[in-house]
Amino acid sequence: MHIIVCIKQVPETTEVRINPETNTLIREGVKSIINPFDMYAIEEAIRLKERFGGKVSVLTMGPPQADSALREAISLGADEGYLVCDRAFAGSDTWATSYTLAGAIKKLGEFDLIICGKQASDGDTAQVGPGISTHLNIPQVTYVKKIEEATDKIMRVERMMEEGFEIIQTSLPALLTVVKEINEPRIPSLRGLMRAKSAKITTLTQKELRLDPQQIGLCGSPTQVVKIFTPTPRVGGQILKGEISDITKQLVELIKDEVN
Amino acid sequence: MDYLLTEEQKMIKDLAHKIAEEKIRPVAAKYDISEEYPWEVLKVMAESDMFGLFVPQEYGGFATSVFNLCLATEEFSRACGGIAVCYAASALGTFPIVLFGTVEQKKKYLPALASGKKVAAFAITEPEAGSDASAIKTTAKKVGDHYILNGLKHFITNGGDAETYVVIAMTDKNKGARGASAFIVEKGTPGFGFGKKEDKFGIRASSTRELIFTDCKIPAENLLAKEGMGFIVTMRTFDMSRPGVAAQALGIAQGALELAVKYVHERVQFGKPISSFQGIQWMLADMATEVEAARGLVYATARMVDAGVKDVAKESAMAKMYASDVAMKVTVDALQLFGGYGYMKDYPIEKYVRDAKITQIYEGTNQVQRGIIALKLIKEMVK
Repeated sequence: MHIIVCIKQVPETTEVRINPETNTLIREGVKSIINPFDMYAIEEAIRLKERFGGKVSVLTMGPPQADSALREAISLGADEGYLVCDRAFAGSDTWATSYTLAGAIKKLGEFDLIICGKQASDGDTAQVGPGISTHLNIPQVTYVKKIEEATDKIMRVERMMEEGFEIIQTSLPALLTVVKEINEPRIPSLRGLMRAKSAKITTLTQKELRLDPQQIGLCGSPTQVVKIFTPTPRVGGQILKGEISDITKQLVELIKDEVN
Repeated sequence: MDYLLTEEQKMIKDLAHKIAEEKIRPVAAKYDISEEYPWEVLKVMAESDMFGLFVPQEYGGFATSVFNLCLATEEFSRACGGIAVCYAASALGTFPIVLFGTVEQKKKYLPALASGKKVAAFAITEPEAGSDASAIKTTAKKVGDHYILNGLKHFITNGGDAETYVVIAMTDKNKGARGASAFIVEKGTPGFGFGKKEDKFGIRASSTRELIFTDCKIPAENLLAKEGMGFIVTMRTFDMSRPGVAAQALGIAQGALELAVKYVHERVQFGKPISSFQGIQWMLADMATEVEAARGLVYATARMVDAGVKDVAKESAMAKMYASDVAMKVTVDALQLFGGYGYMKDYPIEKYVRDAKITQIYEGTNQVQRGIIALKLIKEMVK
């Protein structure tokens, strides 16, 4: 079984600071980690490999330092790391990112399964996984909390819903996005860490991928970030007391003042 | 302080730190209360290859390194001295086989110990033979191609939970210390049973049991080294394992210090964090300095052992004695800094005091260690 795991390196903080001028994340002084939801994707892929044999390839798009995220995945038991890295891909939104990753996956050859975390802890969009499956034209099952049955042809999974869960069977190849309920990620082994240190990471650039220039990077991104800001906390409201008829009049006056 | 660790040593320290924070600290209080053996944590340590740190590469380990063992033990002990000793005691039970085992014995026992599939224990102590190890009464009588063991060992760390035991027994009572021999005994051997499990003051996650030998028949090839070498096996084993006990003490002290620094920074009295008071600051400064001094001694000794320096008895004794005395003092001071809250079991600090105490007692009391150090000094002087 060839399983591809798509991961993202994110800042280790839930309180991301934003540069108000460039509208981008301030990464200085913040440690980078593998997106926590992707850790469950890696773990599930390794468990499937341990059951069925095969290999796990880990794929990420990001700056050169995302190399360390791939090495961490290898230390946990993944076999190969691929870094999609090129200035041409910079500024990608979820559409361009999923298009680019899908292009890279085609380059990796035959595969049975793609696993992604349900969403990244920085952007919180949950769009890239489904985007990849759309670009590759394969089935997707999101929010998977358990793999009930797996063969080389099909997979039956439990999909987490707000109330209860669905059981879905899909043919393979398919793409799953997983939630944290699916497993408990392992701690790396010393042998794994040593293997990861010397592992070869393959870098894939636009030169190798030859993707449509109109669909990558900033110009391939339909999403334009106009402004990013932290909403100011709402101040306490005003409570009107008294007879309904009086309050209604007061309310109308207040609205008029507000409009003017 | 920067100890100029190699990249591999940093990797081991960081990995042990991760295990300690994610897998040990959250369950430390639970095992302290239940006194169950922490198999779930040992499984994580095994899967992370931590048991390979004290076994040579050719038998499935990473090369026997007392320094690496100390790094791991220190980190584990920061989170729980009890869980850490389950790990370190397996090293203690493994060292005699690493040091004195034949190729066959090593092939048979070390791979399972290196992978952590099995845990080891070392058994010398008896009710009448603590510091005076020459008083042991357990006997091993050679009958044909077997030895028959009879006697009682007590206070054996990992007793009952370990699979592989190195047991010291008298093969010739008339020869005193020179009549002792070391044997490998497997759990499940007929005539080998377990007695009382001790209810302890500290390190309660670890198991401490009696081993009972009643006409326990073991193959003659389970003799380690030669007949009469039992005490040499023991002394050489302790020279290697004492830095590990010192590292356990060091980790307990470091863990208590960290908790205390955090607490005094958060605790407000008279309108200020109590860390702003000089009386508190001076205590912290002394504690931190003593911990660092202990670390220097432990690391230097471990490096000597790994470098193959022949006689490390004095340094091993110094490291074990000093680090454990520091652990006792620092944990008591840390509890003092927590004030009334520190005395309550709701806070984690009182456990550090309980866990620290044993490090002044086992693997040679600190009085015995001082004896070793003094004797060496006098011998060196008259040379």
